[in-house]
Amino acid sequence: MTTNTRVTAPAPARPSVPRPRRTPARAASVFLSTHPRTRLALLLSAPLFWLGIVYIVALVLLLVTAFWSVDSFTGDITTEFTLDNIIEVLTGSLYQTVTVRTVGVALAVTLIDVALALPIAFFMAKVATPRMRRVLLIMVLTPLWASYLVKAYAWRSVLSQDGILEWLVAPFGGETIGYGLPATIITLSYLWLPYVILPIYAGLERVPDSLLEASSDLGGRTWPTLRHVVFPLVLPAIIAGTIFSFSLSLGDYITVNIVGGASQMLGNLVYTNVGAANNLPLASAIALIPIVIIFGYLFLVRRTGALDNL
Amino acid sequence: MMRMRNARRGATVGLAIASVALLTACGTSGGGGGGDTSGDAATELGETEGQISILAWPGYVEDGSNDPNVDWVTPFEEETGCEVTTKTFGTSDEALNLMKTGDYDVVSASGDASLRLVAGGDVAPVNTDLLENYDGIYDFLKDRDWNTVDGVNYGVPHGYGANLLMYSTDVFTAEPTSWDVVFDKSGDYAGKVTAYDSPIYIADAAMYLMAHQPDLGIENPYSLDEEQLAAAVDLLKQQRENVGEYWSDYLKEIQAFQTGDSVVGTSWQVIQNVLESEGAATAVTLPEEGATGWSDTWMISSQAKNPNCAYAWLDYIASPEANAAATAYFGEAPSSDAACDFRDDCEAYHAGDEDYASQIWYWTTPIEDCIDGRTDVQCTDYAAWTAAWQEIKG
Repeated sequence: MTTNTRVTAPAPARPSVPRPRRTPARAASVFLSTHPRTRLALLLSAPLFWLGIVYIVALVLLLVTAFWSVDSFTGDITTEFTLDNIIEVLTGSLYQTVTVRTVGVALAVTLIDVALALPIAFFMAKVATPRMRRVLLIMVLTPLWASYLVKAYAWRSVLSQDGILEWLVAPFGGETIGYGLPATIITLSYLWLPYVILPIYAGLERVPDSLLEASSDLGGRTWPTLRHVVFPLVLPAIIAGTIFSFSLSLGDYITVNIVGGASQMLGNLVYTNVGAANNLPLASAIALIPIVIIFGYLFLVRRTGALDNL
Repeated sequence: MMRMRNARRGATVGLAIASVALLTACGTSGGGGGGDTSGDAATELGETEGQISILAWPGYVEDGSNDPNVDWVTPFEEETGCEVTTKTFGTSDEALNLMKTGDYDVVSASGDASLRLVAGGDVAPVNTDLLENYDGIYDFLKDRDWNTVDGVNYGVPHGYGANLLMYSTDVFTAEPTSWDVVFDKSGDYAGKVTAYDSPIYIADAAMYLMAHQPDLGIENPYSLDEEQLAAAVDLLKQQRENVGEYWSDYLKEIQAFQTGDSVVGTSWQVIQNVLESEGAATAVTLPEEGATGWSDTWMISSQAKNPNCAYAWLDYIASPEANAAATAYFGEAPSSDAACDFRDDCEAYHAGDEDYASQIWYWTTPIEDCIDGRTDVQCTDYAAWTAAWQEIKG
């Protein structure tokens, strides 16, 4: 290119940098580098449009739908404002029972997951050798590579009447717990465990070892050290983990469909109202319940700094 | 300076809009095209479009991928050049909802969906003169409430059958003769009873009450006043105590009977066929109270993108050989006598037996006007049934 022509020319003392050719692409590049706001607008408008229109507006539309109603015969939506759906969801005993059941399941799953995740994360962060830590991290992450459905169906076969659990406990006179809420809690705890371990592990890694040594130098035994030094420091991380397990359990309807027997959760009510009953307005009204609960939860934990740990 | 900044800001906004426009241009493909939505039936057929999207009950559209010996889709594709894509559904409500998307050209609708599809404008009238095989179809299936509205025909009858009682032969030493094993005596099989997960299942309870509590005065299980519905709901709530799980995905029921998690409950012949082929210890029976059942109709979407292939499919699936294959596999009576030439089990399904066919309570959408002829009360509609069903499941 330009350098080739320079070779034949009489060589100057120091070869000057060739003047770039003015191509449209270069002109645009120059324009963008001198106009940072334009650059930012081009970069962000598409993703922000996606977030704004496709995500937030869709969510708002869904909530607006809660104030509409449906023609029961043709199944078409009537866009007249009505509070019937909200009132029904707030006062109907069915929705209260199912909400209590769903929150109960979500709490149980969260408690189990935190109880399991704390020792595992502590071992990974503070006890294991770096090599062991990597192995453990991979083991924690591996289940995430398998499909959610495969794992839920695996539990369905484990808990079934001729499943592996029955086979294990039958010699001792036990029998499988079968399908139902306990099966749902077990399966959900299994599914969300990695999401709880990872933030707690990350939180524990940030606790300096020197603090543990200082505590021990000052005569702190294991439990007081854990309680007064480690726990307050990782509390935000624990809460970050519970946000995952709690909110994911709150919205789940597939696992309970697969292993929950005849029980239903809020997600199932939404699903049957959209899919079977074709009552989108009522489904939207029901969908407000978990949204309100999770917003309440986020509001409560906002002050602990947990949101910075997500 | 101020003006310049404004101009620059304007340019920024313009660029932002342009980049968004670019994004949306990539996102939306050229939709639409084809499909006469005016509401009139076609008067003549054109070239087939090369593909067709079918929404059907499981077992209605088999291309050999479930069982290499069961394939009536490939001959259709070879004959007409219409490439078939299929989606199956588990309940009529699901079918109704999926049809509203407009993604499907034809649907196999049961009586509890067909009228709602017509009322919602989701299906188009069908000109049966364009279908060679329509003439051979049983007369008692033509021009019925669930496929014809105000003299306008909306589809082609496919087949009909009954919801049967399935039981595990390991648990039952003798064949049960009554539905009481899933209702009044369901406590004997606590936790292992299964039931169909749809509001239309309330009709099964109503039919049982028709035989066992005659003083309720139920004449038609799809026409219940509030008191009768409450009685059916009470019965189903008792049953709920003993239900292990509800099914709408037929594969889930197959698995539950295989593992022994379900031992008795409502089922379809096709489920028994699959279980039998896998050697499971199950059997089906038609109890003395009778049964609810279905009479299905192939309908064409009002938004069909491939109307010519849709007509080709309706004609093909009504042809004796294809209809025999499809209805035999699902376990139901075919739609024509000629189809029985290709089946050896027509007797078992009482094909063409008008009296027998009239004893099955075909799925019908419950509406406020009592369809049993009562005018002094208002009946409960499907919305009430849906609410009741959710309450039963709790």
